[in-house]
Amino acid sequence: MTEPLPKPNRKNPLVRTRQPLLPPASRSHKAHGLTLAAAAGRFMLQCCGECGQYTYPAREACPNCLSADLPFKDAPTGGVLLSETRIEVTGDPYFREHMPWRTGLVRLDCGPSAVVHLHGDCGGPGSQLSLSLQLDRVGQAVLFARPVSETPDMEDDPQWREMTADPKYRRVLITDGRSPVAVALAIALKKAGAAKVFVGVADRWKPFEEQKALEAIEGVEIVDLDLTSERSIQELAMDIGAKVEILINTADHVRPTHLFNAGAINTAREAMDHTAMGLMRLAQAFGPVMRSRGADGKTGAVAWVNVLSVHGLSNVPQFGVHSAAHAACLSLSQWLRSELRQGGVRVINAFTGPLDTEWFQTVPPPKVAPKVLADAIMDGLKRGLEDIYVGDVAKDIEARLFDNPKAVEREVGQ
Amino acid sequence: MILSRARQSYDGVVLAVPVTVPYQRYSIETAHWWMGKALRALAEGAGVSHRDFDGFSVSSFTMGPDSAIALTQHFGLTPRHLDHVPMGGASGIVSIRRAARAVQACDADIVACVAADTNQVDTFRKTLANFSRFAQDASYPYGAGGPNASFALIARHYMDTFGATREDFGKLCVAQRDNALKNPHALMKKPLTLEQYLSARPIAEPFHLFDCVMPCAGAEAFLVMREETAASLGLPFVRLLSVIERHNAFPGDPVQVRGGWVIDRDELYGMADVKPDDMDFVQTYDDYAVISMMQFEDLGFCAKGEGPDFVRQHTFTIDGSFPHNTSGGQLSVGQAGAAGGHLGITEAMRQLLGVAGGTQVEGAKLGLVSGFGMINYDRGLASAAAILARA
Repeated sequence: MTEPLPKPNRKNPLVRTRQPLLPPASRSHKAHGLTLAAAAGRFMLQCCGECGQYTYPAREACPNCLSADLPFKDAPTGGVLLSETRIEVTGDPYFREHMPWRTGLVRLDCGPSAVVHLHGDCGGPGSQLSLSLQLDRVGQAVLFARPVSETPDMEDDPQWREMTADPKYRRVLITDGRSPVAVALAIALKKAGAAKVFVGVADRWKPFEEQKALEAIEGVEIVDLDLTSERSIQELAMDIGAKVEILINTADHVRPTHLFNAGAINTAREAMDHTAMGLMRLAQAFGPVMRSRGADGKTGAVAWVNVLSVHGLSNVPQFGVHSAAHAACLSLSQWLRSELRQGGVRVINAFTGPLDTEWFQTVPPPKVAPKVLADAIMDGLKRGLEDIYVGDVAKDIEARLFDNPKAVEREVGQ
Repeated sequence: MILSRARQSYDGVVLAVPVTVPYQRYSIETAHWWMGKALRALAEGAGVSHRDFDGFSVSSFTMGPDSAIALTQHFGLTPRHLDHVPMGGASGIVSIRRAARAVQACDADIVACVAADTNQVDTFRKTLANFSRFAQDASYPYGAGGPNASFALIARHYMDTFGATREDFGKLCVAQRDNALKNPHALMKKPLTLEQYLSARPIAEPFHLFDCVMPCAGAEAFLVMREETAASLGLPFVRLLSVIERHNAFPGDPVQVRGGWVIDRDELYGMADVKPDDMDFVQTYDDYAVISMMQFEDLGFCAKGEGPDFVRQHTFTIDGSFPHNTSGGQLSVGQAGAAGGHLGITEAMRQLLGVAGGTQVEGAKLGLVSGFGMINYDRGLASAAAILARA
């Protein structure tokens, strides 16, 4: 039975904040096939293109027929526990802080045996287990085994929490309260057990429709935050920077224009200022403190979420500036990811199709409802994903980009 | 069908000059320092110059960035048979097999087989973190328990399947400590009781402290040559009757319950024309007692699954019904890296030469030494064994 996570006490200001440590990070190039799957929450293992046999650990040739055709393919997630241990002693500084650590040897339903992290609620040898690929604190893919059916408080298992970014008892900053997704996010976060939700709003004297809805949610605090102002961001970081364990950047700026329009440069500059530069300003102000708090107790800093347009992955001419700005954000997010990883803080990108809002009035359905986006982000945090594709449009583009990025470019907007 | 012929005998191959460079828990020296000590002791023991060794076979985890060829210049050797045997606990016996064929064919006259490792303060952790690609990809990131965690999975499964208990493992460990107290080279100097064994702190269930070897620095070495060479040098020697090695046996077993010995043991005893019962002592590779138990089964002393019963029915001290790891084994002498695979060989040589001192088994004429090594991912891959006889 998982011990429910106790509500954390107020932090003792006299106690030293622990430096974040990371699990072993070295992996072979081939092993990153697992990283690709884990980032999107899929369970994929190498499967021989010639003889059809699954194989693990990652190899360059099939041990059954020596074929080099070993692509990663979706695999059945079941397995049987063959043996288990509880490690009490290690020379590795990260695991030393997390002892004891439960691992097991599992016979996967698709064939190979695998060493796995074992959820505390898994039964002993002979038990049926459900496997997933998770990104650990250093961002590398690992196999994790959980019981087949849900158990009470299973998300509070200490090993599982190292693989996820569960909002329970954590404090969250939503950077733009005027975003159409802000209310849905705040509601979802509170439902997921977040201790507090800060919502940034620029120019608070300007009324906005969702203000009342936000204020009505218990535990939500509206704070001044103008993403185009370095000073505004720095001031807020000085005030609450050390209280933010999850940051969700909802900044956006949708203004259609044509590439050949005389004023297009100004539109682009403004969009960049709100999105890409905004993200960079946020990173400068909140990045260092979040990175330093990656091991600050059981509810330390854990994730940075960017809500990005799926068109950042491939430009759509009707929203050319918007696409370019989000492409810049995507690139920045990769940079940020490599910096925050050093503190064990994960960067999650939620790629969404057009939201059902005024600025996408001309776009035909299907569009993404804010609640759907908020729920997908909660799911991503709780499962520890890195790339989330929200809505039919985003999922369609993800699949088509995987298949042929040039075709996406030629066919877009048709 | 691939045409396979019976293996040729090892007639005329002998081992001489067992060398142990006394172990240290930690050393500030490099592996090369320990190798140099071992080579000098081999030369002195043989009464020749080290430059007369025209064969050199080396095993070490910590000799990087050097390979065997670099060591020839380091030590002033000019060999015509040069070998690096990076097979952990199987490397000693693999060295014997290769060196035996080299001297039989007169490709070399004297092969110096040396295993040496240093143990600086952080050596062990670094060795584990960089052990192999599969370990790096798929076992070390899972709790970083090293071999303790990997063998704990094998041990737990063995206990569940065949009914072995911690008391059974403890009986072997306690007997080995008893033997070690008679070996001045053993790092463990205090007696061990079964109660102490059972109540020791847990390391990785079902393993507790005294289930685990202590990493240390040290070297083990010996010479392989033809009988005529030994006679001309006036060296006492032991005979090599047979030797086997096998790697990655039974890859389809979901969890390791047996080693490659099973495939080759008939040949091992057949070539030597002896039976398991004929052995006066057995030196198993004891990185963990469960692996020794597996060797009792796989080397034919009892059937698969009867290891626990076999342990309950025998005593394993020097004067016991089944003298086993008479030096104290790695569990009580210490594990000097790759030299752990040579420890049983030098001890067996001393037993058969009648120079084992306090650990001498009365009238020992025939002995078996076994090697096991390289937990590349979820199981030990290399298994090897040799039968040696008093000349």
